[in-house]
Amino acid sequence: MKEAWLFAAQRVSAMVLAPLVLLHLGTVLYAVRGGLSADEILARTEGSLFWGAVYGLFVLAAAVHAPIGLRAVLGEWCRWRGAGLDIAMALFGLVLLALGLRAVAAVL
Amino acid sequence: MKRARPRLVKTGYDGPVMAMLEVEIWRGEGGGGAWRRYAVPHEANQTVLDVVTHVQRHIDPSLAYRFACRVGMCGSCAMTVNGRPRWTCRTHVSQAARKGRVRIGPLRNLPVIRDLAVDMAPFFEKWRDAGARFVPSGEPPEEPVRPDEPERRAADAGIECINCAVCYAACDSVAWNPDYPGPAVLNRLWTLANDRRDGDRDGHLDAAGAGCHLCRSHQECADACPTGLNPTAAIAGLKREVFRRALGGRTREGRQ
Ligand code: SF4
Ligand code: FES
Repeated sequence: MKEAWLFAAQRVSAMVLAPLVLLHLGTVLYAVRGGLSADEILARTEGSLFWGAVYGLFVLAAAVHAPIGLRAVLGEWCRWRGAGLDIAMALFGLVLLALGLRAVAAVL
Repeated sequence: MKRARPRLVKTGYDGPVMAMLEVEIWRGEGGGGAWRRYAVPHEANQTVLDVVTHVQRHIDPSLAYRFACRVGMCGSCAMTVNGRPRWTCRTHVSQAARKGRVRIGPLRNLPVIRDLAVDMAPFFEKWRDAGARFVPSGEPPEEPVRPDEPERRAADAGIECINCAVCYAACDSVAWNPDYPGPAVLNRLWTLANDRRDGDRDGHLDAAGAGCHLCRSHQECADACPTGLNPTAAIAGLKREVFRRALGGRTREGRQ
């Protein structure tokens, strides 16, 4: 019942992402005031457990959500299916997770 | 520039002509073919099927198409009318024509045999392969089935399917994914899963298993279904119940 689990993971991660995306947009609007470079943003957010936790969750949900969606798109548009696709999507999820957590680690 | 007039062939109509319809019909065998134009007299309460029948009886007897009941029960007359899959026996020309023009083609997503007749085999084979039919439990239900109980209502909501394949032709997921069983089959599995007299609820949910998750909830089926069913809602129900079953959740015996 792999598809049923992926369906549930997709739904749950979407539920997590929906409010976090809104929060993120708000944060972006707020954070751009006073400079957009990584240093400037980090200067305002560094050392915050709260933001670390929020973005940690965001990254986790995105790393679950995006590969499942991409898997469906590739299956339909490129007729790519089977174990190769599943492995590629798992790796894609891990890359998202690694890149995202790296950014979160910088905040902490 | 003057628009080219349709080539007026024999209309086969001998009375005073009030208005003519510009009709384009797909003609050809298998994968190939072309649109051909016909002039058909417009009559009151004329259906699209009447138009096709007029062409076949009075203009070109070699036109292939399919119908049987002419009253919206058998599901055999479905065609693509001005880009939309429809049951042609219950579609008035006045509903479907745009500026007096009607373009009638075969259903999408099914192989064309000739002209307007498609091969329905893939549609029914998917139905058969999914085992989407009633499995007698052998026992009368312990509790009488009440018409207003939730499961019966869920089953009743999808029961009036006439197997016309209009939803199958309307669906992009069917076009994109050869493994997708299509809205009608899944709708049927959902009615069976909600029928307490059926003896194989788990089997029906397992049959829907992977297939129902290929639905992208575009609702093209619900929009097109001539009998007003909502297969998308049925499929959403299947997705839920299939997951509940993957969690090892309740079967029918376990429910109050
Ligand atoms: S669900 Fe509706 S559109 Fe699809 S086959 Fe049944 S009656 Fe036709
Ligand atoms: S001819 Fe039977 S449904 Fe149209």
